[in-house]
Amino acid sequence: MTVSGNENKKVAVLGAGMHEWGKWGRPFVEYGLAAARDALADAGLGWRDMQFVSGADTIRNGYPGFVSGATFAQALGWTGARVSSVYAACASGAVAIANARAQILAGLCDVALVVGADTTPKGFFAPVGGERKDDPDWLRFHLMGATNPTYFALYARRRVDRFGASEEDFAQVKVKNARHGLANPYARYRKEVTVDEVLGSPMVADPLRLLEICATSDGGAALVLSSMEFARRHAGGASPLVTIDAVSTVTPTFPNTVIEMPNFATDSAAAFDSAGSETAGGFRPSIAAAAYAEAGIGPEDVHLAEVYDLSSALELDWYEDIGLCGEGEAEKLLRDGATTLGGRVPVNPSGGLSCFGEAIPAQAIAQVCECVWQLRGSAAGHQVEAARVAVTANQGLFGHGSSVVLSR
Amino acid sequence: MGEAGAVRARVPAVEGWFTTGDDGAPPALMGTRCEGCGTFAFPAESQYCRNPDCASTSFAPVELSRRGRIWSYTDARYQPPAPYVAADPYVPFCLAAVELAAEKLVVMGQVVGGVTVDDLLVGDEVELVVETLYSEDGTDYLVWKWRPLGSGQEG
Repeated sequence: MTVSGNENKKVAVLGAGMHEWGKWGRPFVEYGLAAARDALADAGLGWRDMQFVSGADTIRNGYPGFVSGATFAQALGWTGARVSSVYAACASGAVAIANARAQILAGLCDVALVVGADTTPKGFFAPVGGERKDDPDWLRFHLMGATNPTYFALYARRRVDRFGASEEDFAQVKVKNARHGLANPYARYRKEVTVDEVLGSPMVADPLRLLEICATSDGGAALVLSSMEFARRHAGGASPLVTIDAVSTVTPTFPNTVIEMPNFATDSAAAFDSAGSETAGGFRPSIAAAAYAEAGIGPEDVHLAEVYDLSSALELDWYEDIGLCGEGEAEKLLRDGATTLGGRVPVNPSGGLSCFGEAIPAQAIAQVCECVWQLRGSAAGHQVEAARVAVTANQGLFGHGSSVVLSR
Repeated sequence: MGEAGAVRARVPAVEGWFTTGDDGAPPALMGTRCEGCGTFAFPAESQYCRNPDCASTSFAPVELSRRGRIWSYTDARYQPPAPYVAADPYVPFCLAAVELAAEKLVVMGQVVGGVTVDDLLVGDEVELVVETLYSEDGTDYLVWKWRPLGSGQEG
């Protein structure tokens, strides 16, 4: 079901904007609005120019969060713009981008605003309230006490037992990302950490320590997207022009044999000959693969990547899942410095979730914002030199892939 | 503790997911096997088969294998939020994702009390048991857990 690459699938990114990540507990609309206004200003366009508004929903902020597109439109002032509001867990932002892109590519609109923002509670993410014995997300807490970090830790442990990853490797990911994020004005945490500090932080879910697990944050991110035709007519935009060349929002392929949050069990491969199957590696490797195929490129063409480091160890899984190296080779890639700023293919030059914490519906949009600034050469203090192609990757609960390829 | 000898009710913390072993038969997870294609499911499937090439709506209840091998494991050093019902004071526990060979699937569960991550390795064999998850108003609420089958170090 691979969709082939096509030059006509490009959309232009005219504007990118973010509200700083942090923990203030203010209404999510405030963060989204600030990001939207920044993106519009960056594009040199006004809110009244937007023909379509695509919101990424938050499920922890009541009804306004479930209809985020309309919530942001109302906050900006009703203009009659068409609207979409979408939830896809951590992939919500990518699906919001995909919806705007589809409208543009179908010729239904020329220019669209994409916004995602969140306000989050302290501590472990707990399930939405009420007793729901048919909801696996409720049941995994009730029956197993399986918090999000315990799932991340299952993947981390496999790297230790199968590939010889060390606690120091995981800590080095954190050290790298902390350094990357130092100069990023949107990052919540801008402080260098040492390996000793990481290894001295409390163990949360063995082998993952407190400083290696992504926090939950407030934040907002926005993009102004347009048709290539509109971008050519519109002279006010930033130079060079950055384009989105592919958006992958794939679901898993049966049988998905890697345990995933919030499930109790994987698919069964009993009725399936999985030898040599493309599903053998589980869901994650298929996410960026679909984006590469759509963009007509391969991982060797990528100059930087923004990946979802929900844990330090998970970033290493992503190196393999987006094709930067083979299975079991991520620790070597890290140790060689390839994924550090100045290396062959810097990963998370923004500082990643390690420096941001996760603002769920904003995060996939923020990944794209960072890539836009990197490709324009305007990521002051954390710039990847001469970057022309970037990829983002993330995975949302309940089978949501998210990967975006950008170029200039 | 007290009330030695008082009969406490034993109730599964979730209905229909496992047998408790209280009838003398060994406890087991209750899943289903698709009558169309043979795909297993846990928890039990009643509506649709997950195989995209199978449109069957018939699923036979089956007990899943009681033994498997650890796919991965971790622990919970801090008390999980509600709806987890934690002991007071909180006692950390291990979690394991266990690969069942016959069903070709991986199932999660807590590891029995008293085990730490230092006792576990990917690939170790474990066996399903039923233990109390929490107690409330004289009732023990039960759940399945994984018990390591020893690595030859036990006496």
